[in-house]
Amino acid sequence: MDATAATALSQKNLLGIADLSPEEIVLVLDTAEAMKEVGRRAIKKVPTLRGRTVVNLFFEPSTRTRTSFEIAEKRLSADTLNVAIGTSSVVKGETLVDTALNIEAMAPSMIVLRHVSSGACHLLSRICKAAIINAGDGMHEHPTQALLDAFTIRERKGRIGGLKVAIVGDLLHSRVLRSNLLLLSKLGAEPWVCGPATLIPPGLRNLGVRVTTKVDEAVEGADVVMMLRMQLERMQGGYFPSLREYFRTFGMTQERVARAKPDVIIMHPGPINRGVEIASEVVDGPYSVILDQVANGVAVRMAVLYLLAGGADDETVA
Amino acid sequence: MKRLLRGARVVDPANLVDGQYDVLIDGERIAQIGRELPVDLADGGEVLDLPPGLVLCPGFIDMHVHLREPGQEHKETVATGVLSAVTGGFTAVACMPNTRPVNDNASVTQLILQKAREANLARVYPIGAVSRGQKGEELADIAELHEAGCVAVTDDGLPIATALLARRALEYTSMFGMPVIEHCEDQSLKGEGVAHEGPVAASLGLRGIPGVAEAITAGRDILLAEMTGGHVHIAHMSAWTTLEAVRQGKSRGVRVTAEVCPHHFTLTDDLLAAPVPYDTNAKMNPPLREARDRDAMLAGIVDGSVDVIATDHAPHHYDEKNVEFDRAPFGIVGLETAVSIALDRLVRPGLIRLPRLVELMSVNPARVLNVPGGSLAPGAVADITVLAPTLPVTIDRAALRSKSKNTPYHGWSFTGGVAATFVAGRLVFANPASGWPGRG
Ligand SMILES: [Zn+2]
Repeated sequence: MDATAATALSQKNLLGIADLSPEEIVLVLDTAEAMKEVGRRAIKKVPTLRGRTVVNLFFEPSTRTRTSFEIAEKRLSADTLNVAIGTSSVVKGETLVDTALNIEAMAPSMIVLRHVSSGACHLLSRICKAAIINAGDGMHEHPTQALLDAFTIRERKGRIGGLKVAIVGDLLHSRVLRSNLLLLSKLGAEPWVCGPATLIPPGLRNLGVRVTTKVDEAVEGADVVMMLRMQLERMQGGYFPSLREYFRTFGMTQERVARAKPDVIIMHPGPINRGVEIASEVVDGPYSVILDQVANGVAVRMAVLYLLAGGADDETVA
Repeated sequence: MKRLLRGARVVDPANLVDGQYDVLIDGERIAQIGRELPVDLADGGEVLDLPPGLVLCPGFIDMHVHLREPGQEHKETVATGVLSAVTGGFTAVACMPNTRPVNDNASVTQLILQKAREANLARVYPIGAVSRGQKGEELADIAELHEAGCVAVTDDGLPIATALLARRALEYTSMFGMPVIEHCEDQSLKGEGVAHEGPVAASLGLRGIPGVAEAITAGRDILLAEMTGGHVHIAHMSAWTTLEAVRQGKSRGVRVTAEVCPHHFTLTDDLLAAPVPYDTNAKMNPPLREARDRDAMLAGIVDGSVDVIATDHAPHHYDEKNVEFDRAPFGIVGLETAVSIALDRLVRPGLIRLPRLVELMSVNPARVLNVPGGSLAPGAVADITVLAPTLPVTIDRAALRSKSKNTPYHGWSFTGGVAATFVAGRLVFANPASGWPGRG
């Protein structure tokens, strides 16, 4: 092992990629490889988190992220509790702080939080003893998504540094984008972003990323093309005139993919809007790794849970 | 009763006074300012020999304060608000109409004035609503508000909804010599924004409010003031583009005045990211902006294009601020930190001298609102702020007299503070740490 390699995470929580060093990111990815191996066993379970409670606190519906965390927790033998709170009940009900304090009273080891407000995980980390894992906070970060994307890229390409990664879609509201940009920059990739000018936040250029509104320019010679989900309400918000026009201008078609490197991989964090941001032929095409991303999500989340539990002395997964 | 204050520097720019003078107060008014005034206190007056280094100024007036009464007394009341004011060196405050109910009629104005009389500390000047219920539809009964004691009108919290309503307000208020105070913010550009639109909001994933959302409304109202001859006062200016609009208006002779808050000339949106990420005490409206904007506010203070320093004192209960950033209300308290910030960040580094500070915090707000004060001439009201420019001050939110503690300056240290506050000749606040003589 490299002398500078990290063997544990320096932070108690995973609030965002912003808090991770490049070495820590590599540690998570390496650990996820061991976890992926556990997933191939007949009995996909290790006792790492036995006797510990992990609460999945979801203030926003997200079947896929919650399920992925839940499987990861179960494979690590944690006691899992799912708390789903609809946005409507928050409005009239108790505050996030009160909800968190109630959950905290049950002494969980970790809280996996998904919330509509940017910074909700920071707020929770200031009042909870439990470790907080950010499963997506507003428009801010979605660190486990970026980690599983990086894992998938590394698995296919053998590296991350030096790759041209084109990210196309809603750059303004996407937490997946923020986490991915931070991670890709930390590991030395060359990220390009592309989207309608109305959905490019000011200051994006300051983050050391190439910005373009021409999708062909972004895709040209790319090693990785990552599509972001385009939500219908963005059209209603007047950011672009119609879904048809959006697909025409920014949609990922086979013709556009042809501009990328021959061994390009196409990624999407899901859920997919076929025919809006991406053509069906591309989703189902040979270069699509979208289902690998889903599978890798479990391994990466196991790695995060394991490392935050301080499980470096656990031998069962080595 | 007479009271002779000796040994302080007197800074009274309205009368071109700056030097060591004695100040004689007779009852509620200034009797005389001079050197070695004879001590003749026949009917039981007192002589106060002040410790060296204190500065006597005409009373500071904070023309942008939210006292929250009626309707939101859990945040602040008139009584706690004026206690906070005199503790912070303000002898008068003007309070915004966005109470519940809105101050859009004489009965609300009278209630506020009644509470102020009962509290009997700082003077309180109510500001009425421009539009009925601050709904932006029709003018409130502005003549009635004026008669009841309102000194200006505003729909603060919101801009005046339409250019037409702003025009009518500027025309109508000119009959009473009242300014229209504008909270400049194009609502469509603000949208759901909660922070300044820029790199910090982009990296934190917070919806942005661009600086030009402010400048567009300011530009609209400056043009309307020019057309109508009315007086528009730009509240809590925060963006460099707004300052440019104000400068252009002034250079054309438009009746436009403008205020800046201490947080907008000291802080930037970096405070949203560190030291406490998503600190709701760094959330206010207009938002903390970028260094370029902050530096422009300082430049405007220095070159005279800023007329007034006001606090936008906006108390909120702890529970209301202890929530997700985008759900927290906008605003911070400001009455008890403004003087220390201004002395430390403007006067101490030599950006401005004390007479200019007194213009910004006393002379000019009195002129904008057309209220007593801003002068220590014989016969003027004896509203006096006594500064201690070298006093070390550390802000402690627990020690604030305001009912709310929502300040971003907790734990900050400044050089300069308030030694004492006189309202109508009466000592209403004295700070023992300043060496103020006698009972504190
Ligand atoms: Zn305002």
